[in-house]
Amino acid sequence: MALYLQAIVNGILIGGVYSLMAVGLSLIFGVMRVINFAHGDMMVWGMFLSFWLFTTLGVDPYLSILATGTAVFLLGAAVQRGLVSRILSAPHEMQILLMMGVALVLENVALMTWGPDPRRVNVSYGLTTFWLGPIVFDLPRLVTFGMALLLGLLLYLFLSRTDLGRMIRAASDNQTGALLVGTDILKVFTLAFGIGAACVGAAGSLMTPLLPFTPSSGILFTLTSFNIVIIGGMGNLLGAFVGGLLVGVSESLGAVLLVPSLKEIVGFVLLVLILLFRPQGLLGGRR
Amino acid sequence: MILRVALGIGAGVALIILPFVVSSVWQNLLITTFYFAFLGQAWNVLGGYAGQLSLGHAAFFAIGAYTSVVLHTHLGISPWLGMFAGALLAALVSQAIGYLGFRFGLRGFYFILLTLAAAEILRLIALHLTLLGGYTGLFINFTPNPWQFQFKGKVSYYFVALGLLAVASAVVWLIERSKFGAYLVAIREDEDAAEALGVDTFRYKMLAYAVSAALTALGGTFYAYYQFYLQPNTILNIHHSVDIMIRPIVGGSGTILGPILGSFLLELLGEFSRTVFAAGAAGLYVAIYGALLILVVLFLPRGVYPTLLGWLRRAAGSRQ
Repeated sequence: MALYLQAIVNGILIGGVYSLMAVGLSLIFGVMRVINFAHGDMMVWGMFLSFWLFTTLGVDPYLSILATGTAVFLLGAAVQRGLVSRILSAPHEMQILLMMGVALVLENVALMTWGPDPRRVNVSYGLTTFWLGPIVFDLPRLVTFGMALLLGLLLYLFLSRTDLGRMIRAASDNQTGALLVGTDILKVFTLAFGIGAACVGAAGSLMTPLLPFTPSSGILFTLTSFNIVIIGGMGNLLGAFVGGLLVGVSESLGAVLLVPSLKEIVGFVLLVLILLFRPQGLLGGRR
Repeated sequence: MILRVALGIGAGVALIILPFVVSSVWQNLLITTFYFAFLGQAWNVLGGYAGQLSLGHAAFFAIGAYTSVVLHTHLGISPWLGMFAGALLAALVSQAIGYLGFRFGLRGFYFILLTLAAAEILRLIALHLTLLGGYTGLFINFTPNPWQFQFKGKVSYYFVALGLLAVASAVVWLIERSKFGAYLVAIREDEDAAEALGVDTFRYKMLAYAVSAALTALGGTFYAYYQFYLQPNTILNIHHSVDIMIRPIVGGSGTILGPILGSFLLELLGEFSRTVFAAGAAGLYVAIYGALLILVVLFLPRGVYPTLLGWLRRAAGSRQ
């Protein structure tokens, strides 16, 4: 019993980061109807940036989210300005191919820069743990979860309380309407793509103390983000959050019930079930 | 007409003589070109003509490869027969995925994700099956025997690859001229309109999927007995699915010559970047692939072949 409880706790804690990366993907899709196939690779760039700052300057990965968030924001905004904005009216397939091209470039430039070996950020408090009854909590997971929650809350406040946030939500709800009332749609798009990318970049930094990563880890993060967003409902930010926790817990339970290396299969089976019985997602409304 | 026949005969003779006169590096290059053109042609049936983008064709490739190898090593069945068993199994699996996807009306992005998820599920399963060698992969012992799909020297492989490409191109040519092909194009252009006109879209999408998957599986058998090694993380990787689909898209999907032209262009480009930028930059040529994909989407969204054809027609038109 304690084993399963432990798995659920660990799943929820890792699910926080999953939520943050999925919120980024969902925000981009909600505003632009574009699927960011390079999402996981942007995350990997965030991870390597954190790794680099940690090994050269000794910056703690929880602090370097400021740098990685900003850097990946700029990367996302540049991709939107330079590439995505040119083909917004093209068929979905073309947008997907474009983003796949971006993903291949990002992944392989990372491979050329850092090589194929797995990297890890070993923080001094990496092995600090404490017990609560039969359940063990380790400090990095807790901090990561707390930070992911905090960033999610900040994003929520930004979207609901500021003018820029309202513009983004307006463009997401009704693009023509937003245009009609004079919204600078190009600015909104660039901002939304940047913020979505910043979310996943920061999620990358938060993930570095927890697991090793390589330049080719990106695709798995991309797939996990897709999974979560579809399970929660495309474009629905709350859905992405709930979906992240759900996928975190189910993978964690899957690792206990099956073999650890098969844990991702649980997420994919969940995806197939959702696609079949509730393609709009758990919290999604109309399609 | 006479010119066309003469051109055709000339090209045929050239293709037959070619492997005997070029170096083994070029033999290898040509084999890879034909082989990827073949896979592209297979993908083309579903992705090009029916407009249903699949990002999981590595799954059918792997089914074909593993089926023929397992039948051969455990039951002694010749891969020449095993390849059709693999094609049948791949077609069956495609019907399961297609049923899930098309019955529930998944289109565009959702269908892409479904195919991707199916390939990922297969990869994870293959990694845990001892029958398929797990992480270590499956090694195939080389015994030079044409009846066992294993040949000495590259020339035989050249003709097998060329034959496969010819068969797939003939299948696509037949489809293009049939009612079935017209239905597929109608589905691609406007599925709702096709349905409204009485086209059984579900049935024809399923059929296109089966043909596409079965052909792809044949390519898997060729790969297995050309490389003599199968590893899930190589052949069931998403990059392999991208490798299969990128050639028809660059060349021009939904045309017969598109996948062939695309395969030639990418093979030359790959070889060029491999020799020019050489070692030390492991990811460089994939990065160039990515950049190329971006450029094609931005500047030649219909692919190289249709764009070239458009230029030629315009040039011919202005001369008259």
